[in-house]
Amino acid sequence: MSADNALTPAQRDDLRTIAAMIIPASDHYNVPGADDAAIQADMTATLGRDTALVRQALDHLARLAGRPTASLDPARRDAVAREFRAAGGNAAATLVRVVLQCYYRDDRVLRSLGLELRPPFPLGYALEQGDWSLLDPVKARPSTLRRAR
Amino acid sequence: MSDPVDVLIIGAGASGAAVAWSLADTKMHILCLDQGGWMNPAQYPSTGRDWEARVYGDYSPSPNIRARPEDYPINDDNSPIKVVNFNGVGGSTIMYTAHFPRLHPSDFRVRTLDGVADDWPIDYDTLKPFFAENDRMMGVSGLSGDPGSPLTEPPMPPQPLGRSGARLAKAMNKLGWHWWPSDTTVATTDYDGRARCINLGHCTPACAQGAKASTDITYWPVALRAGVELRTHCRVREITTNEHGMASGVVYYDKDGVEQFQPAEVVIIACNGIGTPRLLLNSASGRYPNGLANSSGLVGKNLMFHPYALLYGYVDAPTDSNRAPPTCLWSKEFYETDPARGFVRGYTFQFGRGIGPVVEAIMSEAKGILPWGADHHRVFRRLNGHRVSLAAICEDLPEEHNRVTLDPVLKDSHGIPAPRVDYTIGENSAKMLEHAIARAREVLAAAGAADICVNCPILYGGWHLLGTARMGTDPSRSVVNEWGRSHDVKNLFIVDGSVFVTSGGVNPTSTIQAIALYVADQMKQRLANLFD
Repeated sequence: MSADNALTPAQRDDLRTIAAMIIPASDHYNVPGADDAAIQADMTATLGRDTALVRQALDHLARLAGRPTASLDPARRDAVAREFRAAGGNAAATLVRVVLQCYYRDDRVLRSLGLELRPPFPLGYALEQGDWSLLDPVKARPSTLRRAR
Repeated sequence: MSDPVDVLIIGAGASGAAVAWSLADTKMHILCLDQGGWMNPAQYPSTGRDWEARVYGDYSPSPNIRARPEDYPINDDNSPIKVVNFNGVGGSTIMYTAHFPRLHPSDFRVRTLDGVADDWPIDYDTLKPFFAENDRMMGVSGLSGDPGSPLTEPPMPPQPLGRSGARLAKAMNKLGWHWWPSDTTVATTDYDGRARCINLGHCTPACAQGAKASTDITYWPVALRAGVELRTHCRVREITTNEHGMASGVVYYDKDGVEQFQPAEVVIIACNGIGTPRLLLNSASGRYPNGLANSSGLVGKNLMFHPYALLYGYVDAPTDSNRAPPTCLWSKEFYETDPARGFVRGYTFQFGRGIGPVVEAIMSEAKGILPWGADHHRVFRRLNGHRVSLAAICEDLPEEHNRVTLDPVLKDSHGIPAPRVDYTIGENSAKMLEHAIARAREVLAAAGAADICVNCPILYGGWHLLGTARMGTDPSRSVVNEWGRSHDVKNLFIVDGSVFVTSGGVNPTSTIQAIALYVADQMKQRLANLFD
């Protein structure tokens, strides 16, 4: 199955709605919401082995909502979302994970967090030595190794 | 049928590589079969922008989630701790955190000292030269002189304290408790062809830099140069025996899935505490109806994990987060028995530096401390990059009801029965976990951390697979003798964590490899009468 048809149009709509409820856009932090088109495209393109559980979660969400989630009034939508997360088990947790793992690798989001737009390899990072004199009181302790004989 | 070999090793992980390297100087024909293949560091997670997400997929520590072709499924539904491992050349050293403590001398004498479990038939001093040899081969970094641990002489200096380590060290000093920089197999200098650590931070799911020692880049290149043959993508189904009750070879499936028979004079099993009993039980025959090497009935029994309690909290200043190896400090303050605590034996605290943004978001949302909605961004910025953590690794005592059997239904891709794990956390371990959680809260409070979270036990925390083919001098109470040879089958040896009599309260890889080198040394000393 191609990434394009991993989810039905209705499921994509609900995924977009629930993603925005998890992480809405913020002018204050200058970040998109998780319903952003590029982030949504990343989700559907990389669903892979999570596809079945995400579909299951979206089916559950659709049952709870009874109609497109976006069309619910805000109070009802919040209530449905709370029930979905509380009772959705592994499928709901997987959907939330997919949303979070795609959101927190988006360039705009990482930039807002002050993180570099790159994988760890090959540059790595610098790690300060720290104050090794902190170890002095421990060095002064007697051995606590228990005698075995 | 292939030509017979002198020594056939099953498994190319921590212990299989060590035993192969050590035996190579005998010039015997040594063949190792592994169900996986060689790893390609260019494809390791830390090379891509999806580096964190892959730990939930093809680099999950759980074989059931990872489900690579070389993995076999494990039915661990009846266990609060799920089995994690890695299959391939290097085995679980590909996916370990590189902590490298040794068992303590007292760990070999728990019956004598504390009246529980059994003493080992060997002691710390027996293994001491092999610990040192293994430290040199794997390349250990650390600081000699720890008053709470056996004396080591690491060939490389310790990892930097960093921000996280310094903060936690101050907290431990405030409490007056022991801490020390961890011995690890992360190279802090260029070492024996390996490049030094550059703080990729994502050590556990394999090191793209090659700074973390895994046996595919330590023991194996040397063993291969010395003439050992390693055949990959070969999954062993069973060990066969002859009319004398000796092992005659193995039946395995080659890389094309074709069944093969490989005859051998000596068979060495190095498949870990789950894979080894699985193979022995699946090698049942008319001659050995209860499984091979199982006259004691103990194959698969006495499974020990190390139950872990993970605690973490958030501080006001940035920590090292994912920008450093997760290994940092350890504390042996509560390692040795103190009857006043209400349990025997003890645990090590391992201190962590922090995690990356994706894992932070996923864990915090699941814990309910990272909200949905408008406040998400503010809270995430307070949490991300501000985590300090520690985990208690608790000694697990052997209990026969904790066991590995063959699942009657579940099978791997070759139709071989999968292992089934039945495990419960014992009373002593439960009390130890409770104690550790209370002490860890004190550490985090001393470090100024808030929003304390507890994961106990760590669900996917079955890294250490021990005790299921225990070592001993009494054939009715053990599976192998004091130098790793099966009591029942005189040319069959076991060198992995299965032979542990007790678990200690530390990561076992260093001790597993020291035992493998010790068994190899014993074999070399007894070549003239190995089967007597």
